[in-house]
Amino acid sequence: MDARAVRRHFPILNQEVNGRPLVYLDSAATSQKPLAVIEAVDRYYREQNANVHRGLHTLSERATQALEEARAKVARFINAREPAEIIFVRNATEAINLVAYSYGARLREGDEILLTPMEHHSNLIPWQLAARRSGARLRYIPMNPDGTLDVTDLDRLITPKTRLVALTHVSNVLGTINPVAEIVQAAHREGVPVLVDGAQSVPHMPVDVQALDCDFLAVSGHKMLAPMGIGFLYGKRELLEGMEPFLAGGEMIAEVDLERATWAELPHKFEAGTPDVAGAVGLAAAIDFLNDLGMEAVFQHEQELVRYALNVLREVDGVTIYGPEPPRGGVIAFNVEGIHPHDLSTVLDQEGIAIRVGHHCAQPLTEALGVPATARASFYVYTLPEEIDALARGIERAKEFFAHGIRR
Amino acid sequence: MGSDANPLEALYREVILQHYQHPRNKGRMEDAAATIRLTNPSCGDRIELFLKTSPDGRVEGITYEGQGCSISQASASMMTERIRGLSLDEALELAERFHQMLRGDAEAAKDERLGDLVALQGVSKFPVRVKCAALAWEALERSIEQVRSPQS
Repeated sequence: MDARAVRRHFPILNQEVNGRPLVYLDSAATSQKPLAVIEAVDRYYREQNANVHRGLHTLSERATQALEEARAKVARFINAREPAEIIFVRNATEAINLVAYSYGARLREGDEILLTPMEHHSNLIPWQLAARRSGARLRYIPMNPDGTLDVTDLDRLITPKTRLVALTHVSNVLGTINPVAEIVQAAHREGVPVLVDGAQSVPHMPVDVQALDCDFLAVSGHKMLAPMGIGFLYGKRELLEGMEPFLAGGEMIAEVDLERATWAELPHKFEAGTPDVAGAVGLAAAIDFLNDLGMEAVFQHEQELVRYALNVLREVDGVTIYGPEPPRGGVIAFNVEGIHPHDLSTVLDQEGIAIRVGHHCAQPLTEALGVPATARASFYVYTLPEEIDALARGIERAKEFFAHGIRR
Repeated sequence: MGSDANPLEALYREVILQHYQHPRNKGRMEDAAATIRLTNPSCGDRIELFLKTSPDGRVEGITYEGQGCSISQASASMMTERIRGLSLDEALELAERFHQMLRGDAEAAKDERLGDLVALQGVSKFPVRVKCAALAWEALERSIEQVRSPQS
């Protein structure tokens, strides 16, 4: 993959920040958007916009068609059996909340939900709330010191009380790629469904829900070149059909009288209110863009960057890197001895380098690492090795700055 | 700060780095009248502030524990030096002055009562760091509230 050619599709990358060329190393927080996506949204509002599924006029039909084509494209992208298994939501957080609420409604006191210590808050807090509502217990698959999951005792962790396993496919801090297929198999042997947080995997590698055999998959569009505000939940039809709606209102009903209502067919049962059609159109354009690159090529590009970055950063004295050896996701969390991540980020920002610092919405994990915060550099299709060199130079500059204080 | 001053040097004034590397009044206080623990949820900075007052209502002792960036830790350290001996009202007034300075109020920054704290004026140019500098002061304001509330 020629990342230099890919970059030309991303106008935002071609700018200076604080007088220096922008080095954007925060794609795990959100990706930048290619012109094809920006223009697809623009075209939608110029030519197609109308409300969907209700108008009988031509524009409404066009908008409805655009939404349903986007749904079919998403289904093909992750190899769902049918488009009706794709529910449009705002983001992975909303997708997980939908499952925690609607599937979580069947939880009873003493039931167990199995999670991991490396979950993003979006795959932790909804379960804490579901547990609080039902009296269910949260249990955790333990983690090895290298940031991989310890699945040796999986069969004992999945008990007759386990009602759901929910875990991230790729850690947003450690880059760990979890053995999801293996965990799904173990869970299914006990009849337990599995929710996979795909926010950090679907944008970066081929993901096939039938091959993984996961029961739910939650994804944010904005991390995969699409606009902010669109995401999707994949769910197996038989599970989605057995669940009550999450949000209620227009679009999600079959028949309504003053006392009661019956629910629309999938996927509309879970899509109350006017959807973000422009977002869905943008997501479809993003999927086209990624398919043109090829998801295997995207994955290989990021593996090369991760290997390169590990080599370069390990050469910098005082840098501690967290997480396992490659193959791993295109995120590298690290600390620089004697420099708090915030201070590092401020110095790097003056050099035009954008990284994320803090606990990355994974506070329990940061605590497990034994540090108050980490810095994180993350990569995507447009990231160049030179940008990793710039990061290393920026770290050296920060070290010099904080070692010698202010001169003059 | 000369006209060619690097924005980083305007932020990280020498006195800030000194307080970061050699914090004053850091540690727990067993007989505190008020103990307030605050975190900055967006970044994980933490502070625990201990406050003790004298019979005539002045700040007799003030210490802190915590972890965070240089700005948050230096702000806490410098605050404890400046606050000791002030009446609670004076301490609250100074906190208000400090917040005004962080909001970019140049007049407030001229207030001599701020002393060394004026070194943190540069933070106002870095909006995402204002919360770091303000954390200890919010803990101070809550501590004074706690001391004054009839329940405690």
